[in-house]
Amino acid sequence: MTCLPVTTQKKLGLAIDLDTCVGCQACVTACKGWNDQGYGAPLSDQSPYGAEPSGTFLNRVHSYAVQPIDGLAQTINFPRSCLHCEDAPCVPVCPTGASYKRAEDGIVLVNEDACIGCGLCAWACPYGAREMDAAAGVMKKCTLCVDRIYNENLPEEDREPACVRGCPTGARHFGDFADPDSKVSRLSAERGGYALMPDLGTKPVNRYLPPRKKDQRSEASVLAPLLDIRASGFAGWLDRVLGKI
Amino acid sequence: MHPAPSVILFSVLSGAGFGLLAYLGFGFVHLYGWLAFLWWGLGYGLAIIGLFASTFHLGNPWRAWRAFSQWRSSWLSREAWASVATLLSCAPMALSDWLSLDLPRSFGVLGGVCALITVFTTAMIYTQIKAVPRWHHWITPLMFLTFALTGGAILAGQNGLAQLLCGLLLGVMLAVYRIGDGQFARRAQTLGSATGLGVIGEVTVFEQAHTAGNYLLREMIYVVGRRHAVKLRGIALVLATGVPAVLLLLPGIWGAGLAAVCHLIGALAARWLFFAEAEHVVGLYYGKR
Repeated sequence: MTCLPVTTQKKLGLAIDLDTCVGCQACVTACKGWNDQGYGAPLSDQSPYGAEPSGTFLNRVHSYAVQPIDGLAQTINFPRSCLHCEDAPCVPVCPTGASYKRAEDGIVLVNEDACIGCGLCAWACPYGAREMDAAAGVMKKCTLCVDRIYNENLPEEDREPACVRGCPTGARHFGDFADPDSKVSRLSAERGGYALMPDLGTKPVNRYLPPRKKDQRSEASVLAPLLDIRASGFAGWLDRVLGKI
Repeated sequence: MHPAPSVILFSVLSGAGFGLLAYLGFGFVHLYGWLAFLWWGLGYGLAIIGLFASTFHLGNPWRAWRAFSQWRSSWLSREAWASVATLLSCAPMALSDWLSLDLPRSFGVLGGVCALITVFTTAMIYTQIKAVPRWHHWITPLMFLTFALTGGAILAGQNGLAQLLCGLLLGVMLAVYRIGDGQFARRAQTLGSATGLGVIGEVTVFEQAHTAGNYLLREMIYVVGRRHAVKLRGIALVLATGVPAVLLLLPGIWGAGLAAVCHLIGALAARWLFFAEAEHVVGLYYGKR
């Protein structure tokens, strides 16, 4: 049944650091690369070298410009993927039972063999986390790399989601949010991690760590004192005369 | 939201079909013999064509039987059950009217109630979605039921009642547009709140996450044709309510037939708008709606 579990033993998810993310799209590529093989239908592309390329991705990185009331504008890169919500709206709408949330670790998954590709779960998700694969006709979403994190054939350091493993700046962290002492829980508490659109009642597990406050310099440039050159001698006389005309 | 032709056809045709089945079941029309066969057949035909059309937009239609399994949580699954229950529960009364078996009317009432429940479950598929504020309102099931009852009344030849319902439908459609236009704003979600970056300052899209299209842009952020929305609303209102109400004044079957065709074209236009005008909150992340 696609009824949601009341509680889950673990709440596995990601903490995404918007301060450190440089928008390099390595997580997008790592995710696509890993999910092209192994778990479920591969993430397909349509006309990848044609005039209108299109494809299925489970992770997208947006770039936003934020203009504070005082101070300079900031560029903030914003990765967007499944938040593995506790009250996931995508699960109960599924008519076939293909969409489910695991009671043991809270991962939201799709049983592709039962998916009819009606798209209702993607409609129900406010975050755009689900994309229908145009080749397979089934719904694809972030699996939190369920085929990596428990995979004992991989070296221990690789047992985390491909996007986390591939991030060159360490902006993505994986762990259990149900454990208050886990790395991600502590990081989120320290940095004021927040959930996306909490008023929709979805109770996302993933947390976003806000950009740190930027320094405000009192002067425009460290070179400013050097710009205040007072001419002396003949140049000084010329400067004064010309200034009076 | 992307207005998939299969879903628009399904919900309009099966809606009118289930409406007609309700009137036939409740015994508004007393038909016997082959005339009963024709009218019940029309109700069944519209409902079944609609249900069949709805499978066209599925990625894997041959697994559609699985949609019966999740009735405890999913309105789409409940719709599947309700529609099959309607088609089965209407059968005794349909046979009775056709072959003059004189079964008690309570059989038909059961079928009629099932037909209306089916229309309600269809509406709830859309109403339940919080991420589409325009749909997430009690007016949505009211609109679906009023459309089904009006279309059904025209098809069942209940001219007086149909004219009254045309008036009611006009009111409901105007309310749908009035309420719907303010729904997104009432959700109070912006790019700033959706990203949580609004606390720093004013947020604008600096660069899109991808240069080409994707499923989300095609399915949820469908903006094509919205500039004709006002004209289409007018056309939908006139064709679905005003023109049929006048045509029903004409004597004989031609007036009713033309009224039914007009009403269905208007209903198709209204249903197209129901999808095309609905904005999904995911559009905020793209700076589009």
